[in-house]
Amino acid sequence: MHAIEKILAKASGKDKVVTGEIVNAKVDFAEINDLYLQTVYSFREMGGEKVWDKDRVAFVFDHYAPAPTIQSATIHNEMREFAQENDLTYHFDINSGVCHQVMAEQGVIYPGMIVVATDSHTTTHGAFGAFGTGVGATDMATILISGELWFRVPEIIEVRIEGIPAKGVYPKDVILSILGKIKADGAVYKGIDFTGSYVEQLDVAGRMAICNMAVEMGAKTAYMKPNQKVLDYAAKRAVRPFEVQYTDDDFVYAESYVFEINDLSPQLAVPHSVDNVRPIETVQPVKINQGFIGTCTGGRVEDIAAAAEILKGKKIPQYVRLVVIPASKEVMRECMDKGYIQALIDAGATISTPGCGPCLGAHEGVLAPGEVCITASNRNFPGRMGSTGAEIYLASPATVAVSVLNGYITDPRTLYK
Amino acid sequence: MKTKMIGKTIVLGDNIDTDQIYPGRFLELVDPKEIGSHCLAGVDPEIAPNFEPGDIVVAGTNFGCGSSREHAPIALINMGASLVLADSFARIFFRNSINLGLPLIICKGISQKVKSGQSLEVDIQEGTVKVVETGEILECEKIGEHATKILESGGIKPMFRAKMGKSQ
Repeated sequence: MHAIEKILAKASGKDKVVTGEIVNAKVDFAEINDLYLQTVYSFREMGGEKVWDKDRVAFVFDHYAPAPTIQSATIHNEMREFAQENDLTYHFDINSGVCHQVMAEQGVIYPGMIVVATDSHTTTHGAFGAFGTGVGATDMATILISGELWFRVPEIIEVRIEGIPAKGVYPKDVILSILGKIKADGAVYKGIDFTGSYVEQLDVAGRMAICNMAVEMGAKTAYMKPNQKVLDYAAKRAVRPFEVQYTDDDFVYAESYVFEINDLSPQLAVPHSVDNVRPIETVQPVKINQGFIGTCTGGRVEDIAAAAEILKGKKIPQYVRLVVIPASKEVMRECMDKGYIQALIDAGATISTPGCGPCLGAHEGVLAPGEVCITASNRNFPGRMGSTGAEIYLASPATVAVSVLNGYITDPRTLYK
Repeated sequence: MKTKMIGKTIVLGDNIDTDQIYPGRFLELVDPKEIGSHCLAGVDPEIAPNFEPGDIVVAGTNFGCGSSREHAPIALINMGASLVLADSFARIFFRNSINLGLPLIICKGISQKVKSGQSLEVDIQEGTVKVVETGEILECEKIGEHATKILESGGIKPMFRAKMGKSQ
């Protein structure tokens, strides 16, 4: 069996599961973000009274942190009331950060577990060898009542990544190049196992960035075999004992792809689709209005460090903006301790509260018609960050930083020539 | 569950994501009717005001990709869509729609075979679609057993209430 299958089997009390089988699996942790007050409504409509386990449910206020409107402030209050009524052990209010980063830091994510969240990017937790998947409000409400959810055991495909990327090429470039090949619907319903020499040595942040965007290919979940960096991270933080699940040697993947990244260029997903991916040298320089570094894809310490190194001692030109939003309070503190935030402020960046920021067009840097944004986030759909008349380019944090510095889309490798 | 439907179509393209079905700037709304009034605003804000209850949404591949927001099927239902036919659907959107009682039918190639404004007769149990204007019959996939059970209960909420022994 594959590790993903073993996780599902164990959680549903079975010795074995097969592709296509529907199982009822126990959920180890359930997270609801602040777009999903409907979860509380659905919970009550179904007759729910108390959540099944107060240690295994949390709200994270990230999409509207801090509340930009009266309506979103009201949503927060109704959720706070529910959290208090249920005496939830964990509650992550507007001072926390993006749910996927916060959960990992707080140790509620660990290898071998099942995490379900009301957010499509829950595939991120494959980075830890966990089964993570996103659901809507009503599926989540059924979990809050029963502690379980039905799953179809997915087909599992292998994406093997081999090689060492050149300077200026980052995990975000790697996943964009994969997305450009497999396409936005290439892994619908499937589990993606990222393997290969690149993944084996990759740090936690890079693994999270790659698994995060598995959902942009339609994947149900992602998996990476935990390496020592992951095991060290989890050992320090996990709130309960865990058991790593490994794939059997004789497991046969439904499909296998191999990506050699020694010669990979920095990549861009150009408007208006996540799979419209091009090597940066093939794209004409495009004038930009705003850069954005942040989110569950590109807002970790390593991402902000890359931007700070490029922008330290430089000035972002007038009429070009850079919004930087650390993915969590912990990320922000570390970036302050290391001087990254100060360097970015001095270069002219705007720093905002840890959270999702403008990624989904809610606040803190939405785009006007005709504007162009280059972003370290995950989606460039029409209207994603505000006006449908704006254009969004997805790139690595380094590409965003060097592009903002020049005022037009720029290859970060030009820094090293 | 109503298994035969007839309605006028609106045909959309490939990879219509949930931001186009329901733009992020409206996510703080909670009133279902109000949510319905912004349905597909990311494609064209004129779609919802001109949508007749019972009309059918037809789309290309990967309909509903992107965010897990349940507002997307809530918007479609409250705009008056009776069902969605598409070449293929994204996973979370599929679950959310079935959970709320909105039938989704996978019908490969339909977005190329049907034009906006044509009327369709759909038999959900048989998995067939008849284009009224041309008489052409399209064979589609039948809805799976598990999803059918949920739809027959009127969605997952009534199903769960029944399971918990609560009155409707």
